[in-house]
Amino acid sequence: MILTGLAIGGCLVGLELVPLKNVKPGPVHITYWEKWSGFEFAGIKQIVDDYNASHTDIQVDLLEVSEIENKTMFAISAGVSPDVAGLYSPNVPHYADERAIMPLDDFCRQAGISENDYIHAYWQLMTYNGTIYALPTTPASTALHYNRQMFKDAGFDPDKPPQTIEEMDAMGDKMTVEKDGHIEAIGFTPSEPGWFNYAWGYYFGGRLWDGATKITATDPGNVRAYEWIESFGKKYGGDALSSFKSGLGQFDSPQNGFMAGKVAMEIQGVWMHNFLHTFSPKLDANAAAFPHPADRPDLANMTYVDADVLVIPRGAKHPKEAFDFISYVQRQAVMEKLCLLHAKNSPLTHISDHFWKVHTNPWIHLFDTLARGKNAMIPARVGIWPEYQQELSASFDSALLMKDTPIHILDDVQARMQAKLDEYQARLRERKAIGL
Amino acid sequence: MMRRKEALAGYIFASPWLLGIVLFTLYPVGAAIYYSFCDFSVLKPAMPIGTENYRDLMADKVFWQTVSNTAIYAALALPTSMLVSLGMAMLLNAKVRFQPLFRTIFFIPSLVPQVSLAMLWLWIFNGEHGILNALLAHIGIHGPNWLGDTNWTKPSLAVIGMWGAGNAMVIYLASLQDVPSSLIEAADLDGANAWQKTRNVTLPMISPIILFNLITGMIGALQQFGMPYIMFPDGTPARSGYFYSVYLFDNAFKFNKMGYACAMAWLMFLGILALTGLSLWFSKKRVYYGGT
Repeated sequence: MILTGLAIGGCLVGLELVPLKNVKPGPVHITYWEKWSGFEFAGIKQIVDDYNASHTDIQVDLLEVSEIENKTMFAISAGVSPDVAGLYSPNVPHYADERAIMPLDDFCRQAGISENDYIHAYWQLMTYNGTIYALPTTPASTALHYNRQMFKDAGFDPDKPPQTIEEMDAMGDKMTVEKDGHIEAIGFTPSEPGWFNYAWGYYFGGRLWDGATKITATDPGNVRAYEWIESFGKKYGGDALSSFKSGLGQFDSPQNGFMAGKVAMEIQGVWMHNFLHTFSPKLDANAAAFPHPADRPDLANMTYVDADVLVIPRGAKHPKEAFDFISYVQRQAVMEKLCLLHAKNSPLTHISDHFWKVHTNPWIHLFDTLARGKNAMIPARVGIWPEYQQELSASFDSALLMKDTPIHILDDVQARMQAKLDEYQARLRERKAIGL
Repeated sequence: MMRRKEALAGYIFASPWLLGIVLFTLYPVGAAIYYSFCDFSVLKPAMPIGTENYRDLMADKVFWQTVSNTAIYAALALPTSMLVSLGMAMLLNAKVRFQPLFRTIFFIPSLVPQVSLAMLWLWIFNGEHGILNALLAHIGIHGPNWLGDTNWTKPSLAVIGMWGAGNAMVIYLASLQDVPSSLIEAADLDGANAWQKTRNVTLPMISPIILFNLITGMIGALQQFGMPYIMFPDGTPARSGYFYSVYLFDNAFKFNKMGYACAMAWLMFLGILALTGLSLWFSKKRVYYGGT
């Protein structure tokens, strides 16, 4: 045993004595956490492989991480943060307030990356309080998707989607099939797919906050949106709608309400075509700009946009190399390759002819046009957004199930969230004052 | 000298556990007290703010809603699951053929992991295609939309709670086997019927176990997390399925308000401590301990 110990010790001493000057330094390895799975992860994997193949000095180690917004936060606090994290854009304000992600202004300046390179709405998602904190991977915009066959069956021209919300509601009523108080198919309901329940106010000209210190949940546009949401509860019955929804299958399955022909119209993002192609290739569907209120033509082409982003977490061991990879993804050719692999639109201002030519999404021009329009709306850039978003989603339920009047529901949201925002901002100021 | 050596050896052998409890239980519990008086998001140093988190909680409507949801659930789930587990244990204590097989069958459901169980019950309770409503339809009852109707979310979870009654059932079963047969025989000689024997002999003899299951069941019900977290995302519909532990989790990990979440954790601890103390006080004259 003693001899074994001596032998191991001798080997270790021997290792120490190897002259270091002849050892070539290997490439710098940076860790990159990405939230995607399935074909989206395969897409970014291709980009990472391309980068690694073309770089000898830096190598990216890609890791698929679920619940990335939480895990990154705790990795940062534990001092083991990745070099690059693929977060959701609504995470940026809170991470920035917590000084958990690095400002990228200097890096961008050196790399020649600027606002002009990006579609305005997407650029807004990258910045917070005038500082750049993130750069995009693939973005999205949303539009009305509709089932052309259900249009035909109801006697509507499938090439003429509704232009106004009133028109859409009337068409939706005609396409709805009810039997003994039970909904078998529906023309339109704001509760389907249920992912944007917090954003309906935008479509009626509402705003969620003033961009500084005031929550504006009771904005007249939001009140009108909630009255509209409530009208579906009154029309079809909140419980009937809820029961109908419970009978629909998972989003990524052929039992998805829209794919199964049970929902004629719904708001969906640029990603929808991928899923239609996979799960219901024969569905005769189309996409169009979401309708606007009849008396608000200025709200035409309204779209809710968002993007997945890359950030450098605080404590990253190789920030320079991390930005090298991030800036590589921003190159037009690379970004277009990634967006093509994800079948999404590009966040960049300039787009090649090749991109349009080979894109598999037949509605890609629509999503690009909407994202570039003046009515492209982004999630509120406020640190309390996760809480605010949950509050709005709960209030949506209350309106649809007619638990209270829309104005009372929004009064509650306003009071609660204003108090939260005031406290959040006061504590940020207090921390700044004492240098914490 | 020998005794000291033995003591030292004892501490060394126990040290992994001692280290574990200090690092992973006592320190977090102690830290939670401190952080409950701080503004703390994990990423920045904690900033002391006095009792503000506690005062905010008292004025937080959602906090009270989760307290109410959890209390209603516990009030529904605790008696039902206790009755079911005790009833099952009594039936399985009867000397019948295939007794071990029946015991195994009734215990197996409690081994199903929470997530699988949640997925299973999501389908059973499905308002449109659920097997429960299909069965009810056969006897002419139009079943509700169990998980989508705000009035039915908590009763649905209470029903699911019975699925895990196997654990308590095993404990009851063990205690039922310890009821002295001499007492039952004496009651038989006195002419007691089945109910009288149960009421006056069996239940008093297993009363410490009933109290134990009451307290552990109450703690479990008040800390309910897994099922509502999976079955009612964000407490939907309209926060009727939003439970205390889920709101605590959301504050800690979604809203990054760790100080607020720590305050919630301490209030929960104190609440459970008070209810446990109340149960023990209330049971003083009602629980029979053989050794006393």
